[in-house]
Amino acid sequence: MTLEIDGIGISFGGIKAVDGVGFAARPGEVTSIIGPNGAGKTTLFNLISGVYPTAAGTVRIDGRDVTRLPAHLLARAGMARTFQNLQIFPQMTARDNVMTGCHMRERASLLADLLGLPSSRRETAKSRIAAEAALDRAGLAELADRPASELSYGQLKRLEIARALVTGCSILLLDEPAAGCNAVETREVDDLIAAIASEGRTVVLIEHDMRMVMRISARIVVLDQGRKIAEGTPEQIRNDPQVIAAYLGAHGAAEAEAAHG
Amino acid sequence: MSELLQFIISGVTVGAIYAAIALGFTLIYNATGVVNFAQGEFVVIGGMTAAALIGAGVPVPLAALLAVLAGTLAGVLLYRLAIKPARQAPLVSLIIITIGASIFIRGAMQTLFDKQIHRYDGFSGDAPLRFGGATILPQSLWIIAGSVAVFGFLAWFLNRTRAGRGIRATASNRLAAALVGINTGRAMNLSFAISAGIGALAGVLATPVTFTSYDAGVLMALKGFSATMLGGVGSPLGALAGGLLIGLIEATTAGYVSSDYKDAAAFVVILAVLFVRPQGLFGAKITERV
Amino acid sequence: MAGRSIGPGLRTFLIFAALVVIGAALFPSSYFYRVGTLVWINTLSVTGIVVLLGYVGLVSLGHAGFFAIGAYATAILPQYGLPSGVAMLAGIGGAALLALLVGRPILRLSGYYLAIATLGLGMLIWMVLSKEAWLTGGPDGMAVEGMSARNLFKLVGLSLKSAEAWYWVAGGCASLGAALAVNLGHSPWGRALRAIHDSDVAARSLGIDVARAKSAAFVISAVYAAVAGALLALANGYITPDTGGFMHSVEMVTMAVLGGASSVFGALVGALILTALPQVLTVLADYEHMVLGAIMVLTMIAMRRGLVPALAGLWARRRP
Repeated sequence: MTLEIDGIGISFGGIKAVDGVGFAARPGEVTSIIGPNGAGKTTLFNLISGVYPTAAGTVRIDGRDVTRLPAHLLARAGMARTFQNLQIFPQMTARDNVMTGCHMRERASLLADLLGLPSSRRETAKSRIAAEAALDRAGLAELADRPASELSYGQLKRLEIARALVTGCSILLLDEPAAGCNAVETREVDDLIAAIASEGRTVVLIEHDMRMVMRISARIVVLDQGRKIAEGTPEQIRNDPQVIAAYLGAHGAAEAEAAHG
Repeated sequence: MSELLQFIISGVTVGAIYAAIALGFTLIYNATGVVNFAQGEFVVIGGMTAAALIGAGVPVPLAALLAVLAGTLAGVLLYRLAIKPARQAPLVSLIIITIGASIFIRGAMQTLFDKQIHRYDGFSGDAPLRFGGATILPQSLWIIAGSVAVFGFLAWFLNRTRAGRGIRATASNRLAAALVGINTGRAMNLSFAISAGIGALAGVLATPVTFTSYDAGVLMALKGFSATMLGGVGSPLGALAGGLLIGLIEATTAGYVSSDYKDAAAFVVILAVLFVRPQGLFGAKITERV
Repeated sequence: MAGRSIGPGLRTFLIFAALVVIGAALFPSSYFYRVGTLVWINTLSVTGIVVLLGYVGLVSLGHAGFFAIGAYATAILPQYGLPSGVAMLAGIGGAALLALLVGRPILRLSGYYLAIATLGLGMLIWMVLSKEAWLTGGPDGMAVEGMSARNLFKLVGLSLKSAEAWYWVAGGCASLGAALAVNLGHSPWGRALRAIHDSDVAARSLGIDVARAKSAAFVISAVYAAVAGALLALANGYITPDTGGFMHSVEMVTMAVLGGASSVFGALVGALILTALPQVLTVLADYEHMVLGAIMVLTMIAMRRGLVPALAGLWARRRP
C-alpha cells in the first residue's frame, strides 16, 4: 500500500514540533527519515500513526484519507509500528507479546473466551503458531517462554518488530530499530528489514545509523527542526549541502566542503 | 436575601477549611507525586488533640500550638515510615499505603481518645454577630482569617525561603533538583510536615463550628479531593478557589435542595469535573510522551 | 492439538472446588461455615477486581457500590412481588448497565483521576442507600427474604443446615467465577486486556479498541461484585449500606493487592486473610484498625506484588 503524507504538523506549547511535512512511501521499498536529534522524527511517526492529532494536512493510504482515524483503526487499515522507547509488555512472555499482535486476526467473542469454548482455544492456538513463526524469523525462537522483562535491549527491539509483523500489516513504521545494537545485531536487523520490504510491504524507517540507512533505503527524507529540508535517493542526500549543514553545523559543513572539494 | 447571605457565610466558612485541606494535598502532590488519602486525619488530630488539652485545662493558645505540632509530627512520621520506604511503588500500592495510614491513624485516635464527638468553645466566644441580616459566628472569622494566613504564609515560604524554593524545585523536577544539590528527601519530608501542620491548624480552628470525632477524617479528605479536582491538581490558587466553591455549593445545596444530600454535592462535583474538564479550573493539561 | 490436557479454567475450578471441600471438612461448627461463606463471597467479588486491576491495571475505589446494588436489589425487589431469583438477576443486570453507562466517560481517565472518580461514584451510591430509608431501611439496613440454599439442596434429597448450604453455594460460585476469570486471562480478550495494562499506546497500535476493552473489564468486574452482593444478602438475611461504602471498596482492592492482584489465587489468599483476620482481631478489639492499617502499609512496602507472587518467588529461589 502506498502511504502519502501531505503537510502534517503539530505544536506543543507554541513550538512547532513538526511543520508542514510531506512525502510518499511506496510498497517494496524502504523510505528512511533521518535528521538530527529533536528534529521531530518520532513526533512525525506519532502523527502518522494516530497517537497525536495533526493540526493540518492529510495522511492517505492507497489514496484513501485516513487522517482523522484513531490509532486502533489505522492499525486495522494496515499500519503497524514500533516505538523508539520500547512499548513492549514486560509482564508477558515473549510469545504472548507477539500473540497480542494477532488481535486483529482473532475472532474473539467475550462469552466464548470466558467459558473457554473450543472456538476461543482454536483462535489462541492459531495465534500461537503465527507468533512462533514471527519469533523464529526475528531470531528469538528460544526466548519464547521467557518473560519479556528478561530480554536484552536488542532482543526487545526485534521482539517489537516480530509483534508488528504478525499483524499482517502492509505499512510498517520502524522507529530506530537498530538503536543500542552492536554491529552484528544491526546487520541482522538490516537484513530483516530489507526482507520485509522485498515482500511487498511499505517500510518507513527512522534511524541514526547512516551506513544502515544508506545501504537499504530507496528514498530518504531529511528533517530538521520540524521541517523537511531534503528528499531523494541516498546518493543525492549524501551530497546535499543543507543536510550536511544540519548535521554538522555550518562550521562542519565548511570542513566537509573542504574535505570533498 | 438574608437567607442567601447566610448560606454564603456558612459556605465560605466551611470552604475555607476545605481550601486548607486541598492546599495540603496540593503541596504533597506537587513535591512527591503522591495523593495523600490520609490528609483528613491531620484535621482530626488537630481537633481531637486541642479538645483533649483544652478539656484538661491547658490554655487555648498553648493547646492550639501543641495540637498543630502533634499534627506536624504525624505528617513527618507518615513520610518517614510509610511513604519514603515505598517511593518507587506503583500507583495502587501508594493508594493503599496512604489509605492504610489513615486507617491506622483513625485507630490510634480511637484508642488514644475515644469515639465521642468533641468540641470546645470558640476562641472569641460563641455569641453570633449580626451581619447584613444574617449571623456569623466569631469562630468563622477565625477560620477565614486562619486560611488566609496559611495561604499567605505558604506563598511567602515557597517563594522567599531557601527551604521553600527547595520544595518548589523538587516539585518541578526531582532529578534535576537533586543534581543541583537540593536535598530532595528533606524537601519532601518538609512538604508532608507543612501539609500536616496546615491540616491540624484547620482542625483546631474548625472544631468549635464543625465538631470533631475520630472518624471525621474520611469525609474531610474526600471533600478536600473534590476541592483539589475542581481547582486543578497541583495549583495552590486552585486549592483556594476549589475549596471555597465546594463550600458554597455544599451550603446552597443544603439550603435549597436537601440537607440530607449536602455531602453528595462534593462527589457530584468530582464526577462533573473529571468528565468535563479533568484539569480543573487552574490545573495544567496532561499530555503523555511516547 | 497437543493432547487432551485439562485447560487452565477447568484446572482452576477443580483446585478451588477441592479447597471448598477441604474447608468444609475442617469446620467444627456453624460459625466456621459462616466465616467460610464470607471468605468465598469475598473471593468472588475480589476476582472481579483481579480482572479490572490485575489484568487491565485500573484502580477502582468504588466497586462496593456495585456489590451493594446486587445486594439491595435482591432485598428490595421481592417486596414488590418479584421472585427472589429474578430480583437477583435484576440487581446484576442493573449493576452491569450502570457500569456500562458510567464506564465510558470514567474510563477515559487513568491513574489517580480514575481512582477518585470511581470513589465518587461509589460514595453517591452509598449515600442514596443510606438516605432513602423508605426504600432501603436507611443506615440500619434491612432484612432480606429470599431463596434459601437449604431448599436448593432439598431438591436433590440432601438435608443441610442453612449455614452449610450457603457455604457450598458460595464456594461453588467462587470456583466458577475463578475458572471464568482464568479462561479469560488465557484468551484473545485476555491478551488484549493485559496489553493495555503495560502499554495503552502499543495496544492501540495493534488494533485493540482500548475504550471498549476497558469497558468490558469494568462491566465484568461489576457483575462479579453484584453477584457476590446478592449472595451475601441472601446468606445473611440482612444487609446494611456499609456494604457499599468506601471502606468496603478499599477492602476489596486491598484483598486483591495483598494476595497478588494478577491471579485469582491471589484473590483467594487476600480474601481469606482479610476476612479471617477481623475474626481473630476481635481479641484485640480496640486495636483492630491500627493493626489493619499497619498490615496494609507494611505489605505494600515489603511485598508490593502481593503474597502469592512473593511466595512463588521464594519457592523458585529455593531450587539449587
